[in-house]
This record gives sequence, structure tokens and C-alpha cells, in this order.
Amino acid sequence: MEIVVNVEKLDKNFKGVKAVDGLDFTVNRGEIFGLIGPDGGGKTTTLRMLSGIMKPTGGAATVLGRKLPDEAEGVKEHIGYMCQKFSLYTDLTVEENIRFFADIYLIEKKELDERLGPLLQMTRLAPFKDRLAGDLSGGMKQKLALICTLIHRPEILFLDEPTTGVDPVSRREFWEILQQIHTDGVTIVVTTPYMDEAEQCSRIGLMFGGRIIAMDTPRDMKRSFKGVVLESHPADIKSFREIIASSGHILDQQQLGSRFHLVVEDMAAADDFIKKAGKDSMTHVIAASVEDVFIERIKE
Amino acid sequence: MREISVKAEKLQKKFGDFTAVDSVSFEVEKGEIYGFLGANGAGKTTTIRMLCGLLQPTSGDAMVAGFSIKKDPDEVKKRLGYMSQKFSLYPLLTVRENIEFYAGIYGLTDAVIKARIPEVCTQVELEKLEDKITGDMPGGLKQRVALACAIAHKPAIVFLDEPTAGVDPILRRRFWEIIGALSDNGTTVFVTTHYMDEVEHCNRISLMHSGRIIKEGTIPEIKKAAFEKPILEIQTDTPVKAYDALNKVKEFNGDVSIHGALIHLITGMETAGAKALMEKALAAGGVEFTHPEEVEPTMDDVFVKLVKNYEAK
Repeated sequence: MEIVVNVEKLDKNFKGVKAVDGLDFTVNRGEIFGLIGPDGGGKTTTLRMLSGIMKPTGGAATVLGRKLPDEAEGVKEHIGYMCQKFSLYTDLTVEENIRFFADIYLIEKKELDERLGPLLQMTRLAPFKDRLAGDLSGGMKQKLALICTLIHRPEILFLDEPTTGVDPVSRREFWEILQQIHTDGVTIVVTTPYMDEAEQCSRIGLMFGGRIIAMDTPRDMKRSFKGVVLESHPADIKSFREIIASSGHILDQQQLGSRFHLVVEDMAAADDFIKKAGKDSMTHVIAASVEDVFIERIKE
Repeated sequence: MREISVKAEKLQKKFGDFTAVDSVSFEVEKGEIYGFLGANGAGKTTTIRMLCGLLQPTSGDAMVAGFSIKKDPDEVKKRLGYMSQKFSLYPLLTVRENIEFYAGIYGLTDAVIKARIPEVCTQVELEKLEDKITGDMPGGLKQRVALACAIAHKPAIVFLDEPTAGVDPILRRRFWEIIGALSDNGTTVFVTTHYMDEVEHCNRISLMHSGRIIKEGTIPEIKKAAFEKPILEIQTDTPVKAYDALNKVKEFNGDVSIHGALIHLITGMETAGAKALMEKALAAGGVEFTHPEEVEPTMDDVFVKLVKNYEAK
């Protein structure tokens, strides 16, 4: 596999605060690599350094074989970077915005005319190409920003929280478009605070406090969870809480509405707890989520 | 006895010819954590603004904390608290000063506020932090200050708008435990969100689309309504090849989707048969793959499916 992004001991300090702290990871060509974690974890800072718009304090990063930040200019034409608040010209139409960005990348008119149709088609923005960008819905603006980021046919896309604040239907559509771009051979590095978007990535790194605290495929990451997760749906919540308190097995608990998510050490503990909780509590083993892994790792 | 905290009856709001909220009816019990979901433009915000007494309905009415939003909007306002992710706190003021300010707006007297501050700070677990400057606190704690400001006047109902988006999972759990305790003590909690992790914390949810409530119920009920059969999942290094192979199988008559290295198949077929057919089709297509596993739909899957079902009608 060809490595297109290589990060070694990357650091970024802001006035003594370590926003990124000794980061190590690689991205292979054709992957969707997700950096996932809460705000303030260092996701955006990492992406800015990889896009060549921010200088690291220490460590090394290469993108497409070029060393950053010294060779940043040579990298920029091969990558697309979409930041959280991508600026579109609200008083230009959809098509005018795209043409503007194409001009910046010195794409010839004939070339652009050929690319425009398929991109509008893929994002289902074709019927809206004459609408002012300012009159688009949030989800449509995201898609237009994505086209502007793709217009020069980059090999790697860096997307910073493209789905934050976007409703689930638009979010799903945006990911479908990303899967299609990915299928066309583009490597994607994407950040998100939504743990459930891990599933969309080929590989993920969980980021917290400027570090990657776990890195794997989503499936293997969920399997790496050391405990066993149980779900209960007890009829009598009060007496169920007493069972939890007296069982001696529960490592972590969370009440979700009238359901409970519980973590126990192993299957033996799970079996014992299920016996103690009784059939009426509808306690059963469920698969660990990426969030369960995240919490387990932070606690370590 | 069941005590109703919010009761909307055929609530409707028109803006010119456009019907933003189309005859919506629902009930929320006292102490319930009720989730209100919907895409942008579904009519959520308009509904909330009416329930808060900020916007008069075109027709219909709602009783909120015992008062009509039509006849007594000012009485309704006094009994509500509101908090959002973008809640404005004064960063240069201390925690105590922020709470004093908001409690003052709600007309609490100085003596009442003074007695209330230690109480509310205990409730949101900010003891001993009363004199910290708000702007210096981490995001997860600011959130609790915002909550303290929203509940200082002991509202019957608290409206939370994406209260924990972007907050780290541990602080998020603490926040929901605090909300759980509020609800145990009889405060009704009304949550609007896009964030499916937040949805999981609700006792009951309703899903709004094009101005209507298209589904209402507990999470298990809603999951069941959207998906009768489990989703089948395989992992592969060649997802596109697998996708094509599965799409060729007419018997599935379903939905195949790529999620990175994972493929999801949603089919009405009986599960064991579908698994066998899946393995056969993938092997015939020359795909290397892991055995199909049954996975639970996420709330996101459920949301998208219900909206699609509704639109197909």
C-alpha cells in the first residue's frame, strides 16, 4: 500500500498549550481516514498543518512525498481542503462560485465545462446551478463547498467537520457523495465529533487532548473493547438501580431514558449479572460502540 | 397519576401561503425527557417558539405548564427555562454573577437569588466554582453554568437545544446524569437535536417532517417501526466490488450501502436465508469478505428510513 500522508511526532503549541501532542499516523492511498473526537482535541489543528496552512512546532509531516511545511506550495495543487466555515460568495450563483474557484486553480474553461456537469450531477445540485449561494439550505451549501474543493481534481481531500450541524438526512447524503468520491480513487482525511460516523471510514483515529488514543478499523476498534456491554430495559427503574449497586459487577453505567447501558469486566460477570437482574429487566449483551471504546481508553 | 406538562392540539402556523407547522398534536408528561427531531426546515423551531409563547399559532392551541400559549403567553414564559449550545454567558462575569443576572431577568428578588445560588450550583455540580470567571472554564463546565442560568428560577419545563454537541463523552455523560436528576424531580425536559447520541437519552421522541409529526414513541418502538429485520453487515477490502455483487441479487429487493470497508444490506428477507444468499453472491463475485453479522440500526438509520418511507407515500 502506498502511504500518502505520514505524520511523525507532530507537535503544535499555542502559547504553552499543546493543541497537538506528539502525533504519529499514516494514511494509505484510497483510504477514508477519520479523526474522531470532541471539540478541543486537536483535530482541526492537525488538518491545518497537513494542508500546509499552519506550521508545526515540532515533528515531521509528509503529504504525497513532500515535506511540510517547506514544500507546502508543491502540495497545495494536489490536495483539497475544506474548512469548517468554508466561504462561499453568497451573492454569486452556484455555478459562478464554482467558476471562481476553478479560476484560482488556473483550470481552463474547456476543461472546467467538462468537469462541471458530472460534479453537479453527483451532488444533485444541477437544478440549482443558477441559485444564489446565499439562498441555499445548509446541506446544499456544504455540497457546493465540496464541489469547489474538488474542482482541481485533488488526490487527497482534507475535510474539517463537514457534517457538523447538518441534519441526518443531509448528513447521510453527504456521506454517500464522499463514498462515491472515494470509489473514484480519492483519498479522504475527515474530522468529525460524531462517534457514529466512524462506521463510514475505512480507518479511524480517536483524538483527545492532542493525541490519538486509539487507531484501527471501526470494526476491530469496537472488538478491542475489553469489557462487555449490557443493555437493560427494566420495568421498575428504582429496584434495578439497587441491583446495580449491590451486584458488585458494574464498572460503568449510563441511563438512557428508561434503558440502561452497563459495562462489566467479562462474560462470566455478564452471565452472573443477567441472572441477578432477572428476566423482567430484559438485560442482554450488546456490541460495544466506538464511544464505549473512547471512554474506556480515556479512563486508562 | 399521569400529569400532563405540555399538550399541543392541532397546532398550526402559516407564514403567508406556507404552512410551517401543520396541525400538530402531542402530549408530554411531567418529568419526561422528550426528544423533538427533524431536519432543518421541518418545523421544529417554529413549534418550539410557539410552545415558548414567543409566536402565536395561526390555529390550534397548546397548554404549557397549565397555561394556554394563546391566552396567557406571558404566564407560559415565566415557567420555562431555555438552554442551547450557543447559549450566551458573559465570559467576564463569574459563575455567580451570570446566574444572578439571568435569575434577575426572571424577576427573582435578591434574597431569593442569594439562597438559590448554592442550591442550583449543587444541582449542576459546580460547587466551589461559584467565583470562577466563566470565560476561563472548559466547554463542558460552561455548559453546566448555562444550565444553572436556565433553571435558577425553577422552571416547570426546560428546553434544551443540542445541549452537548461537541462536548467530550465523559462530560456529556455527567451532563445527562444531571438532566436525569432534574427529570426525576419532576422537571419536564424538552430536547431538540440532530445529534443522535442525545436522542438516546430521551424517554420518548417524535420525528417531525414537512410540518408534521410522522412518528412518535419510545426508542425501541421507533426502531421496530422502521426496521422489522436486522441490518446485515460484512467487511471487505473491495467494497465497490461487493456492492455491485449484492446489487445484482434480485431476491433481496433491498438497500445496499457502503460504509468505508463495511457493506450494509437491508432486506425484507428472512435473516438466515439472506445471509446464505449474501455469502453465495459475494463468493460468485470474487469478493473476499467476513461472515455476515446482524447489526442494530443506529438512530440515524432509523431517522433516514422513516423520512424516506414518509416521502415515498
